[in-house]
Amino acid sequence: MSYVAKTAKYATLVLACLVTLLPISVIVMASLKTNQEFFTTGPFDAPGNWFNLENYVTAFTRGKMVQGFANTAFILLFSVAGTILIGTMAAYAIDRFEFRLKKTVIALFLLATLVPGVTTQVATFQIVNNLGLYNTRWAAIALFMGTDIVSIYIFVQFLRGIPKELDEAATLDGANHLTIYRRIILPLLKPAIATVVIIKGIAVYNEFYTPFLYMPGRDLGVISTSLFRFKGPFGGQWEVIAAGVIIVLIPTLLAFLALQKYIYNGFTSGATK
Amino acid sequence: MSNVVRAEAAGTRIEAGQLPATARKPRGGWGWRGTPYVFLAVPLVLLVVFTYLPVVNMFWYSLTSWDGLDKTKEFVGLDNYVAVFTRPELFRVFYVSLYYFAASFVQMALALYFATILSFSTRFRNLFKGILFFPYLINGVAIALIFVFFFKPDGTLDSILALFGAENLQQQWLGNPDINNISLASTSVWRYMGLNFVLFLGAIQSIPGQLYEAAELDGASRFQQFRYIIAPSIKPIIGLSFILAISGSLAVFEIPFIMTGGANGTATFVIQTVDMAFESLKVGLGSAMAVILLVIVLVVTWVQRKVVPEEKVNLT
Repeated sequence: MSYVAKTAKYATLVLACLVTLLPISVIVMASLKTNQEFFTTGPFDAPGNWFNLENYVTAFTRGKMVQGFANTAFILLFSVAGTILIGTMAAYAIDRFEFRLKKTVIALFLLATLVPGVTTQVATFQIVNNLGLYNTRWAAIALFMGTDIVSIYIFVQFLRGIPKELDEAATLDGANHLTIYRRIILPLLKPAIATVVIIKGIAVYNEFYTPFLYMPGRDLGVISTSLFRFKGPFGGQWEVIAAGVIIVLIPTLLAFLALQKYIYNGFTSGATK
Repeated sequence: MSNVVRAEAAGTRIEAGQLPATARKPRGGWGWRGTPYVFLAVPLVLLVVFTYLPVVNMFWYSLTSWDGLDKTKEFVGLDNYVAVFTRPELFRVFYVSLYYFAASFVQMALALYFATILSFSTRFRNLFKGILFFPYLINGVAIALIFVFFFKPDGTLDSILALFGAENLQQQWLGNPDINNISLASTSVWRYMGLNFVLFLGAIQSIPGQLYEAAELDGASRFQQFRYIIAPSIKPIIGLSFILAISGSLAVFEIPFIMTGGANGTATFVIQTVDMAFESLKVGLGSAMAVILLVIVLVVTWVQRKVVPEEKVNLT
């Protein structure tokens, strides 16, 4: 490549990284400033004390972030476990059995991928309400479990690569379908389960709309809604909001650094459903 | 893309001989026809309750003037639909989604550019890839707050302009109705570009390296390599991104809702629907809007599947 082209290439890359990192960096700096410091300095001025964690303490205690993490963890645990159970069961039935309504069932799942969740909330809300789930964490859990067709797809794709002879041999040895599902299919699906855990986990952690709509209770805040509620009481305290943003961001960053390869693979296999 | 998963599956070798020791005599026979339905019961119930029932109900609500609380729902025919199409303030949200639709082209162009240059050997390749992708993983509320700070008076953007002595360009980035939708759409580009980028990069990297070598031997330039090798092989994923761009730009919610609350002409379809159904208690009208949105998305998807030939979107 010519010298000019090479320079242009790296220049654009560096510029893109600046555009990505600059908005976040100024938030990091703002989160370390005192209130007075925040008002007297510009966004690019470094904080006086790089170890001033006071805003983080305020965000955690008065901003109910601990509760937010606890609620998010609860929802995450149940909805991810449920998604895996439901997804693997559906995939097992679809990939390993021939039955009369198979085509209909597949069509039902496929058609549902075309219905964007946000469009039907008006009516979903009434159902959740009638089921008595409104303003409980189970509302979010039920919704996260009930509409995840992408994971069923990922499981079906993966299951196809697992030879059917395994099931048949197990049958000859006297295993029933539940045993085959539990002892053969589930363990072999581990890599696909890891993929689903990652993309589902990130999606649930980041979800705002569902908890905002279905769990308005003060003590039912998840990460997203707790942070959203910072806007009111801390409206004039940007340094505290900034700390809240960074608190939410750190788990994502750690997960990304630890699981990079799996995250890339997960999103490429999930997005092309 | 899912061949990533499939490839791994192929790599998992299990000898048919090593079966669980617990497997014993045949119980519930292989032949019972109800078995698949047992496994499908829970998934199907959830699917019907949380996807199909809402769709059906929504059609019904859209024909009533229900407020969401009343025991009875008064049938009003197509009145709600007429209202959506004749009241300009309701129809305006379609116009707002055009900003996001236009932005998604910028987003795809940027993603394609970075995916192409990073598919050739580059120093710090993984670092660049990671930084460009990371915003996609960030919590939407956090992103919205980061960009409220970015656009606020004397915020990051104004300070950058001051740094270059362009104070005269400073303005109400989120308040001025002429540009606030552009500010919001740019935030959306910042957030979602990484996903397009990683998808494109994955597609480009699945092209066998020999093709480039052969092309280079034939004296093809970088641009020709792009035009004749890269472009054709990422066509399906571009088609997919295009469809996601349309439904995505109609379903925009978080960024404008958190950053401006839909004020000053930034309300999107979803903001207005939520507002209508849950704040103004006009469930009937809100449902009609949601039905219209759903129909548009379905039509667009159908057109895309007609235009871009199907590849591997099948569950069987």
